[in-house]
Amino acid sequence: MNNSDFFKKQQKLAPYLFVLPFVVTFCIFSAYPYVKSLSYSLYATSGPKDSKFVGLGNYQFLLSDTDFGKAVLNTAIFAFFSVLIQLPLSLGLAMLLSQKWVKAVRVWRLAVFAPNLMGQVAVGVLFGVLLQPKFGLVNIGLAKVLGNQWLDQKWLADPQNVMPALVLVTAWMSIGYNMIYFLAALQNVDQELIEAAMVDGANGWQRFRAVTLPAIAPVMAFVLVTMTVGSFQLYELPRLLLGGGGPDNRGLTIIMYLFNNGLLSGDLGYASAVGWTLAVMLAAISAVQIWFSGAANREA
Amino acid sequence: MKIIPKLVTYFLLTIAAFSALVPMWELFTSTLRPSDQVFGEYLRASHPTLQNYKDLWELQNPNYIRSLFNSLFLACAGVIFQLFFCSLAGFALAKYEFKGKKVLMGIQLLTVFIPGAVTLGPGYQLMYQLGLVDTYLGMLIGSAGNVFGIFLFRQAMLGVPDELMNAARIDGCSEFGIYWNVILPIVRPMTGAFCLLTFMGSWNSLLWPSMMLQSQHHHTLPIALANLVGLYSNKYGMLMAGTFVMVLPVIVLFLVLQKEFISGLTSGAVKG
Repeated sequence: MNNSDFFKKQQKLAPYLFVLPFVVTFCIFSAYPYVKSLSYSLYATSGPKDSKFVGLGNYQFLLSDTDFGKAVLNTAIFAFFSVLIQLPLSLGLAMLLSQKWVKAVRVWRLAVFAPNLMGQVAVGVLFGVLLQPKFGLVNIGLAKVLGNQWLDQKWLADPQNVMPALVLVTAWMSIGYNMIYFLAALQNVDQELIEAAMVDGANGWQRFRAVTLPAIAPVMAFVLVTMTVGSFQLYELPRLLLGGGGPDNRGLTIIMYLFNNGLLSGDLGYASAVGWTLAVMLAAISAVQIWFSGAANREA
Repeated sequence: MKIIPKLVTYFLLTIAAFSALVPMWELFTSTLRPSDQVFGEYLRASHPTLQNYKDLWELQNPNYIRSLFNSLFLACAGVIFQLFFCSLAGFALAKYEFKGKKVLMGIQLLTVFIPGAVTLGPGYQLMYQLGLVDTYLGMLIGSAGNVFGIFLFRQAMLGVPDELMNAARIDGCSEFGIYWNVILPIVRPMTGAFCLLTFMGSWNSLLWPSMMLQSQHHHTLPIALANLVGLYSNKYGMLMAGTFVMVLPVIVLFLVLQKEFISGLTSGAVKG
């Protein structure tokens, strides 16, 4: 084989060789477990070697298990309030920062983004200390501003306060991350359109509704879906902050349930059933969100 | 421009920046206070000491320093593997037409919507059958299958003009040479963003490593920190020092890659 033959051959083969490592590892370590987990969810197993066919028994059991119901409810509440708080705040901060005359944008952006670098595990340990009654920095600060009754606020020991604590700590961590996406989206808003709207006498809210919102709608939908999908997979923060489900299991999430009831006890089949139930819920919610964003966008 | 909106903007930005940074500053200063004085003062350390770090250093269980190096090794090795294989596959998907390309992209899109938790059970069983439980190889071997990374690189490489590649071909450059010498330098911002995201993903993850890495000398930092919380829940100074040790490398890496990170992270999503 001469040199030019070789050159042509490698040109033809190149793309196949380039994707080969991906295809091989993907098939073995992703595709195979995905497919396997579907059939697995029909078995009761104990450990990796011992399994027994139970049909839809796993799904029947989890749908009737009150703990699973509680985990779904907790996770849904968490996701709902996380979106409700984070979406407007991260968009608002991005809009403040994208005003042309703001100085030192990089410094502000860095400061607001910084908590995201910590990761849920470290954030969980940190706020486990900061949220202590009497001595924790959060209560000390609240007592100074809002009065001394806040000093004894039990964030992590009182069932009623567990969910607010999880939502607020997550917001502290994630707002800067979502802000980055909105900042980039706002750069693409046509400034001439905004100025034209101003000439026509549109006020701030009207300009936002008519020009800014349609322009950033795709990114908004992206942030909304990823935020929801992420919220539904909450696990590490409550595990570290509450050491598990917390008082009255108010911090029990779906993934924590999957870990405790499937993986820890060695019932990999049950874990798979919980996983697929979560997958179906997420697919349904994402579909509704994407459809809704599209509809809202067409209407605007 | 009127002065009031400016003042309001800077006031709100200051509140946001303070809320974000004060807990992190408290984390740092509390590690420097004497261990019986963690709640003696706030946001400063008037008698700074490294005692908390020394306590952490001397611990046998969990062996925090060992875990730090385990985490560093796994995160760096993971980043290198994923960087190479994801950018290579992303390149093929962005710049070549070949059989099975459409199928491949369709399957990729599908897995984005299925949470990884689905595969925890069978994934663990597979690792068990392959004898890879409690090994670093088991943690790294799936690296090349990172769908998200391939998507990011494909998006970044779509914009590279074909003329550049053809010019390199005429000069006698092999296809791999084009990838290495032409494409990779162009997508440098994405590379920076990808490195940071992958590093953080590996560095902060707890669930899968805690299943896989069972013997103590294999534990990563999140596992060690979780154990630390379980064993020494009252030694606040040491807990905070442990948390800070885990956070610091990511902050340093972020400061190094900051510019690439912001542009790389947003380019895929905004174009997408």
